[in-house]
Amino acid sequence: MAALLTSKQVTKRFGGLVAVNAFDFEIHEGAIDSIIGPNGAGKTTFFNCITGFYKLDEGEINFNEHYIHGLSPDRITHYGIARTYQNIRLFANMTAIENILVGRHPHFKTLFWEAILKTPRFLREEAEALAEANHLLQFVGLTGKGDLLARNLPYGEQRRLEIARALANKPKLLLLDEPTAGMNPHESVEMIRFIRNLRDELGITILLIEHDMRVVMNISEKITVMDFGQKIAEGTPKEIQRNRQVIEAYLGRGAAAGLELETTPA
Amino acid sequence: MEEKKKTVGQLILRNGALGGILALYLAAVGLVEAFSGRFLIGNLISLGQIFLVAGAITAGVLSAFALKDQSQSTKWFASLLAGAISSLPLAFIVFIIEILVIRPTGFEDIFVFRDMFVSFSPNLFDILTFKQGLWVGTLLRILASALLGLLGTGFLMIPPRLRNALISGIVWTLGIGLFSENVSQIIEQTFGRGLIKFLFQNKALNPLAAVIIFAATFAFSYFNVRHKSATRWNNLPPNAKRTGRLVFIALGILLLILLPWIVGLFLSQALFIIGLYVMMGLGLNIVVGYAGLLDLGYVAFFAFGAYTMGILTSTGPLGRGDLNFWTALPFATFAGVLWGLLLGFPVLRLRGDYLAIVTLGFGEIIRILATSNWLAPLEGGPQGVLFIPSPSFFGIPLNSPQTMYYLVIGGSLLAVFISIRLRDSRLGRQWMAMREDEDVAEAMGINLVQTKLLAFAIGAAFSAMAGAIFASRLGNIFPHSFNLLISINALALIIVGGIGSIPGVIVGAAILAGLPELLREFSEYRLLFYGILLMIMMLFKPEGFLPEPTRKRELHAGDQENLNTNPGPPELADS
Repeated sequence: MAALLTSKQVTKRFGGLVAVNAFDFEIHEGAIDSIIGPNGAGKTTFFNCITGFYKLDEGEINFNEHYIHGLSPDRITHYGIARTYQNIRLFANMTAIENILVGRHPHFKTLFWEAILKTPRFLREEAEALAEANHLLQFVGLTGKGDLLARNLPYGEQRRLEIARALANKPKLLLLDEPTAGMNPHESVEMIRFIRNLRDELGITILLIEHDMRVVMNISEKITVMDFGQKIAEGTPKEIQRNRQVIEAYLGRGAAAGLELETTPA
Repeated sequence: MEEKKKTVGQLILRNGALGGILALYLAAVGLVEAFSGRFLIGNLISLGQIFLVAGAITAGVLSAFALKDQSQSTKWFASLLAGAISSLPLAFIVFIIEILVIRPTGFEDIFVFRDMFVSFSPNLFDILTFKQGLWVGTLLRILASALLGLLGTGFLMIPPRLRNALISGIVWTLGIGLFSENVSQIIEQTFGRGLIKFLFQNKALNPLAAVIIFAATFAFSYFNVRHKSATRWNNLPPNAKRTGRLVFIALGILLLILLPWIVGLFLSQALFIIGLYVMMGLGLNIVVGYAGLLDLGYVAFFAFGAYTMGILTSTGPLGRGDLNFWTALPFATFAGVLWGLLLGFPVLRLRGDYLAIVTLGFGEIIRILATSNWLAPLEGGPQGVLFIPSPSFFGIPLNSPQTMYYLVIGGSLLAVFISIRLRDSRLGRQWMAMREDEDVAEAMGINLVQTKLLAFAIGAAFSAMAGAIFASRLGNIFPHSFNLLISINALALIIVGGIGSIPGVIVGAAILAGLPELLREFSEYRLLFYGILLMIMMLFKPEGFLPEPTRKRELHAGDQENLNTNPGPPELADS
C-alpha cells in the first residue's frame, strides 16, 4: 500500500516555541491511525499544518502525489483533505442541511449568474446536492433535524453534523480532532463504530487525535506518539503500550496509570 | 441569574422615577411646548398633551407590570404613588422656572438659566401649571399624575380583548390625526374634497370623525374580524384558495402600479426615496447581512453610480459621452462594481471593526475627492454636475416623482430578485459560511478572496444603480449629497428591519427613510427619534422587525413532532 500522506521534517515555530519539530509522518491509504500525546504536544498544530491553516517553517507535506505545503486551506481541501475541530466549529446560525451543503462546496460547478438565471444545470446541481446532503444527514443519524439551526442541536449531534459536513467534501483523508471529546463511554463506542464504518463503507482514510485511550487502543491500526513537537514512538497499540518512552512521557502527568490499565484492547 | 428581590417601595420609587424622567425629558427637549398647539382631534387633544401625560401613564403601566404578583389594592395604591412621584421632576422644573425666569428674584442676572435650557419658558410654565400659578398648579399636576398612573394600571387590568381593542382604536385615531396631511392627500386623490371637509379641520381630526374612526377600529379589533376572516380563509377548499391567492397577488400588483397616483405627488417622492434606500439596503444586506463584512463607506458606491450617470448623460459643460439614461445605466453600474472590487482588494485581510474603519475612511476619501479642485475639471468639484436629463421610457419622459417611482420600483424588484436567487445558491451559502466562521469556511474549500470580492462587487452594483437613478431624478448632483449619513442610514435600516432579511430591508427602508418624509413637522427632532428608535430596537428586538426565518431545506421537514422524539444514540448506516 502506498502512503497517502507523507510529511518530512515538518517544523512549525511560534516565536521561540517549537510546536512541531522535524516531524516525519506517513499514513497509508485505507488506514485508521491516531496521533496521541500529552496536552501541548503539537498534535493540533500538526493538523493545522496539513490543512494549510499554518505555513510550515521547514519541511514538506505530500498528499496523493502533490506537494500541498504552502497552499491555501481551500486549495488543500480541493485535493481531498477534510477535518473536524477539537472545539466544534459549525456554522452556528445556518441549518444542519445548509452546513452540509457548504461542505459540498468543492463539488459545485455552476457560477453565480447561473443561480440568478436558474439554468437547468444549476437546478440539477442543487437537487443533487440536496439529495446527497439528506443522504449524509441520514448516514450520521440526524434524519429529521436538517432544518434545525446548528447551534440548537445537542452536543453529540453537533459532533456528528461536523463529520457529515466534512464528509460532504468527499475527502480521501479525514482528520478528526478528538471526535469523542465530551462523550460518555456509550457514545464513544458508537463513535468508534461510526468511524470504522466511514473507512469500510466509504473507503476514507482516517487520522485522529484522541485523548481517550480506550478509543485510541480500540480503533487505531498505527499510533504515533508526540511530545514537545517530536515523534517519540510509533507502532501498533500493543507496541505503544509497552513502550518505555511513551510511559515516561505520560508518567509525570499522572496519566500513566490509565495507560497501564489498558493492557487488552477490546 | 439570581436577581435581588426588590421591595414594593423600591419598585414604586423606581417606576415613578422612570416616568418622571420621561416626562422631564419630553418637556426639556421642547416637545411638550412645541406641539401644544398641534391638535390631533378637534381642539380637544393636542400632541403636546400626549407628551405631557406620557410620563405618568408610563409610570402607572410599569408599576402594574412590576407588581404583577401583588394584591389588587397594593397595585392600585402603587400606581397612584408612582404616578404622583412621576410628576415631581417637572414640579421641580416649574419651581425653577418660577424663580429663575418669571419672578425677578435677582438670581436671573447671575445665572442666565434659559441660555442653556431654552425650552423651560414661561409658556411651558403655563402649560405645566394649568395657568393656576405655582402652588395650585403643582398640586393639581401631582393629583392629575396620580390619577393618570391609576389609569395606566387600570389599563393593564381590564380584559385583554377589551384592552387590545382600545389600543387599536386609540392608535388608529391618533395616528390618523398625526398623519392628517398625508391621509388627506390620499383621500383627495381618491375620494375628492368633500370627505376631507368632513374628516379634518385644520390639521386635526374632526371630533365626530374621530369618534367614528375610534368606534370602527375598536369594533374591528373587538369582534376579531381579522381572525375570523383568516379562519374562513383557511377553511376554503384548496382550489378556491389558489384562485383567492391569485386575486390577492393581482390586486397587490395593481396597487403597486397605481400607488403613486393614489398617494399624490408628495408621497410619491417619499416612495421614490424609500425605493432608493431599498436598493441600497439590499446591496448592503449582501455585504453586511450575508457576507458579514461591516462596510461603513457604502455611500461611495452610490456616489460613483450618480457621478458616472451624471458625467455620461449631462448636457452641460461637464457632459462627456452624450449617452441617454438607459445606455449610461450599465456603465454606472459597472463603475460601482469596479470600485467595489478596488475597495475589496486592500481590505481582504481585514475583519470586523478594522474593516469598518477602513471602509469608513474610504467613503470619506471619495466624498473629499469629489469636493476637491483636483477633480473639478472632470466632475465639477463643489459645483457638482448640472443639467442631467431625466430618463424617458419609449418616448414617455420620466420626469415627475410619480413616473420615476416606476423606475425605482423596477430597480428594487430586480434587486430583490437577484438577492433571493443568490441567497439560495452556493454563493449565498459561501457568504453565510464566511460570516459565521471565516477559517472554517476556507477549510471547506471556499476561496475567500473570490467570495469577498463578489460580495463587494454585487453589493456595490445595487448601490451604484440606485445612485444613477438618484442623479437622473435630481438633475444635478453635488458632493455634499453623498455624506456619511447615507451609509449610516443604509446600515441602520437593515439592522432595524432584521439583518440578512429581504422583507426586513423593505420594512426598514419604509420606517427609516419613509417616516421622516411623512413627519416633516418633526424635522427638528428627527435625529432624536432616530436614535431612540435604534436604542429601543437594540434593547428589545435586536433581531429586527422582520428577521430572516430559518429556511426549510430538508425534503421531509413536515413532521415537526418527529424532531423531539428521537434523541437516542445514532443509528449508523447499517445498510
